[in-house]
Amino acid sequence: MKTFAMGGVHPEENKISTHAAIEQFPLPKQVVVLMNQHLGAPATPVVAKGDKVKVGQLIGEAQAFMCANVHSPVSGTVNKIDVCKDPFGLPKPAVYIDVEGDEWMETIDRTPDIKRECDLTPQEIVAKLKAMGIVGLGGATFPAHIKYSVPEGKKAEYLIINAVECEPYLTSDHRVMLEHAEEICIGISILRKALGVPNAYVGIENNKPEPIRVMTEMAKKFEGIIVEPLKMKYPQGAEKQLINAITGRKVPSGKLPIDVGCVVSNVGTTFAVYEAIQKNKPLIENILTVTGKMLAANQQHNYQVRIGISYADIVRHAIGELPATTGKVISGGPMMGKAMSNLDGPTVKGASSVLIMDESEATRATEGNCIRCGKCMHACPMGLEPYLFSSLVRNGRYEEAGDNHILDCIECGCCLFSCPANKPLTDEIRLGKNKLRAIMAAKKK
Amino acid sequence: MKLLNVSGSPHVHSDESTKKIMWRVNLALVPMLLVATAFFGLNALLISAVSVATCVLVQWLIEKYVMKTPSTVCDGSAVVTGLLLAFNVPATADMIWLVAIGALVAMGIGKMSFGGLGKNPFNPALVGRVFMLISFPVQMTTWPTVGKWFPMTTDTVTGATPLGVIKEGLTHEGATIQSVIEANNLPSLWDIFLGHMGGSQGEISAIAILIGAIYLLCRKIITWHIPVSFIGTAFIFSGILWLVNPDVYMDPVMTILTGGIMLGACFMATDMVTSPMSKSGQLIFGFGCGMLTIIIRNWGSYPEGVSFAILLMNAVTPLLNRWCKPRRFAN
Repeated sequence: MKTFAMGGVHPEENKISTHAAIEQFPLPKQVVVLMNQHLGAPATPVVAKGDKVKVGQLIGEAQAFMCANVHSPVSGTVNKIDVCKDPFGLPKPAVYIDVEGDEWMETIDRTPDIKRECDLTPQEIVAKLKAMGIVGLGGATFPAHIKYSVPEGKKAEYLIINAVECEPYLTSDHRVMLEHAEEICIGISILRKALGVPNAYVGIENNKPEPIRVMTEMAKKFEGIIVEPLKMKYPQGAEKQLINAITGRKVPSGKLPIDVGCVVSNVGTTFAVYEAIQKNKPLIENILTVTGKMLAANQQHNYQVRIGISYADIVRHAIGELPATTGKVISGGPMMGKAMSNLDGPTVKGASSVLIMDESEATRATEGNCIRCGKCMHACPMGLEPYLFSSLVRNGRYEEAGDNHILDCIECGCCLFSCPANKPLTDEIRLGKNKLRAIMAAKKK
Repeated sequence: MKLLNVSGSPHVHSDESTKKIMWRVNLALVPMLLVATAFFGLNALLISAVSVATCVLVQWLIEKYVMKTPSTVCDGSAVVTGLLLAFNVPATADMIWLVAIGALVAMGIGKMSFGGLGKNPFNPALVGRVFMLISFPVQMTTWPTVGKWFPMTTDTVTGATPLGVIKEGLTHEGATIQSVIEANNLPSLWDIFLGHMGGSQGEISAIAILIGAIYLLCRKIITWHIPVSFIGTAFIFSGILWLVNPDVYMDPVMTILTGGIMLGACFMATDMVTSPMSKSGQLIFGFGCGMLTIIIRNWGSYPEGVSFAILLMNAVTPLLNRWCKPRRFAN
C-alpha cells in the first residue's frame, strides 16, 4: 500500500465521532459573515445596513485577483457592517445579519434529486466556481477558480482528491463520503472536465475501511475515478506528501503542485463543487465535527453548519456549557488546528471541527534540554533539521535558518510531537519563518 | 468575553520523554550487571552502586548549589553514566572507592561543566574512564581472575585480559598469536561469547550486551547504523590485517568479541548526545570508531582503544552534523 517517502508520525487516531450522522444545525438569531474567509484579499461588501438579504445572495464581491465571493448564509436584515474579532483575536471586516425566516434565492435547486449531467465547458465551470465563492475546504481556503485555471505553459496530468483526513479526531470528510458518495463523484467528474485530465485519484487512508468501500463502489459507476487506499501516516493529507504518496512525484521547494502536473482538491470541496455547479448553491455551509475525548458519546456530532454562526452557539447547542476542566478549544485537528482564544467569533468557510480538549491533554510538558536524539529530524516529512532551526531562531540567526531551508517547513507539527524533551520546535520554526520573511521583504524594497 | 488558553499547534504529544529513554537504557544495562555479578561477585554490585550514587549526588549538588536549576536527577541520565562507568572498570576491591573519583570527573567535568544533559560534547562515562586509566594505570589494568561462578571474593592478576595477554606476549621475540594463545591457555571463543574471560566488568559478555542492544533497537532508542558500522569496520579492517599476517594480527572474530568493542559500539558510541543525528553521519561515525580502535590496538601503546576511538569521534560529531545533512524532500 502506498504512502509518502520520508518522515511522518503516528498520533493516536481518536476518531470518536465517526458514527454520528450529519445533522442540520439550527439557525441562530444573528450571523456574522467575515469578508476574508479565504486566502488573499478580503471581499468588498455589496450590501448596506438595513438591506434585506436571502440565503445565497451575494454580499461580498471578489475585486482583487486572489479573492473569493461571499454569500449570505441566512435570510434577514443587514444589522451593520463592522469589524469583528475572529476566534483567534484578529480584527476582520464583517457583515452582521439578523436572521428572519429561511428564504432562499429562487435560483438555488433545493430538491433532494441528484443531478448527474453537466454540459458546461471548462471555462464556464471555472466562472461558475468563482461566482459561487468556492474555496478549498482542506484548510488553506485557496480560491477554487484560481486553482482550476491552469496557467499557460503548464499542464495538469493528475487530479488528486484529498480524502485522507490524517488529522486525529476529525470525521467530517469521513461522514461526507459515507452520505454523499454520488454527489462527490459527480463533483470530481466536473473538476476532471474543468482540468481536462484523464483520471482522478481519491486518496483515503486505510483506517477508514467504510469510506473506502463506499467510494470504490460508487467510483465504478463513473469514468476515470480511481480510489487509492493509503497506508496510514501523518501528515499524508499535506499536499506535497499526498502527491508523493499517489504519484511518486515530488513538488520541489518553492514550487506549486501544478509544476509537477498535479492539482489537489479536498473531498469536501468536491461536494461543494457539485452543489455549486449542479444546484446553483454558493458556499454557505460547512460540515463541522464537534468532538473531544472528554465529551460523552451523545455529545459527539457532525453538523452541517451555515457559515457565520458563532462557535459559542455551536458549543452551546452541541454540549451545553463548556466542561470546567476544558483546557483548549481548537478549530481544526490537534496537529495543525488553531487554539481559539474566544468562542464569540464566527465560523468561516473551511472550518472543519471544534475540538474540546481536557486540561491534562492540552497542557504541554515542561521543556528540557535537547538530547540530540534526532527524532525531530527523522519525523520531519520535508527532511529538515528542526533542532537546528530551534537553536538558530533562539539566537536570532534567521538568515542562516533560511539557508537551511526553514521556509520548506509545512508546520505539520511532527517535530514537536516526537520531541522527548518537549522543546517548542514548531513554534520556534513559525517565528523563524515570519522573521525571515520580514527580512526578505525589507531587502526587496 | 471569556478568554481560553491558547498555544501553537500541535496540541498533542507522543508519549516519548527523556526520562523514558534514559530509564529504558538503564533497563538494557541490567543483563550486563547480572553477568558481572555472576563472574565477579559482590565487587561488581558494590562498584556499580558507588559509581551510580556518586554520579547522582554530583549532579544533584551541582544543580542545586552551582546552577541553581530544578533538579533533573529523576530523568535517569546520571544513573546511565554511573552504570556505564562502572562497566568500564575492572571488578577489583580497589575500584570500589576509586570509581567514586572517576564518577566525580565523569559527571562534574564530563557533563555538568558543559551545562548538564544534552550539552556535553564527550561521552561522560568515557571521560571518567580515561581519566582513571591515565591517573591510576596500575589499578585500571589489574584484573580479577575469572574462575568459578558467583565468587564471593576474587584474586587479582595484572594484564589478564585476552587483549593484554596477546599485546604483552607479542613483545617477546619469535612469538606469534597462536603461540601466545596456547602458552597462556586463553579462553575458547564460546567462553568469550558468554563472558567467561578477563576484562572490565560490563564488557566481558557479548551475549548480555546483545540482549540489551536488541531491546534498545526494538524501543527505537538506538538505530543499527552506529553498532553495525563500528563492529563491521573493526571486523573487516582486522580481517584484512589477519589475512595479511595471521602471526601478528588477531583474527577478526576474536577481535570484536574481546575488549570493549561490543559494549562501546552498542552503548557508548550510540549515546544520543555525543553521536551524529543523521544516518549517514552515524555510519561515518561508526566507521571512524572502528578504524581508530583497530589502529590503537595494533600500533598504539595501549592494548585497548575503544574509549579513545569513541572520544576522538565525539569531537568530530559537530562537524559530521554539519556535513551529513538529511536528504531533503524533492532534493
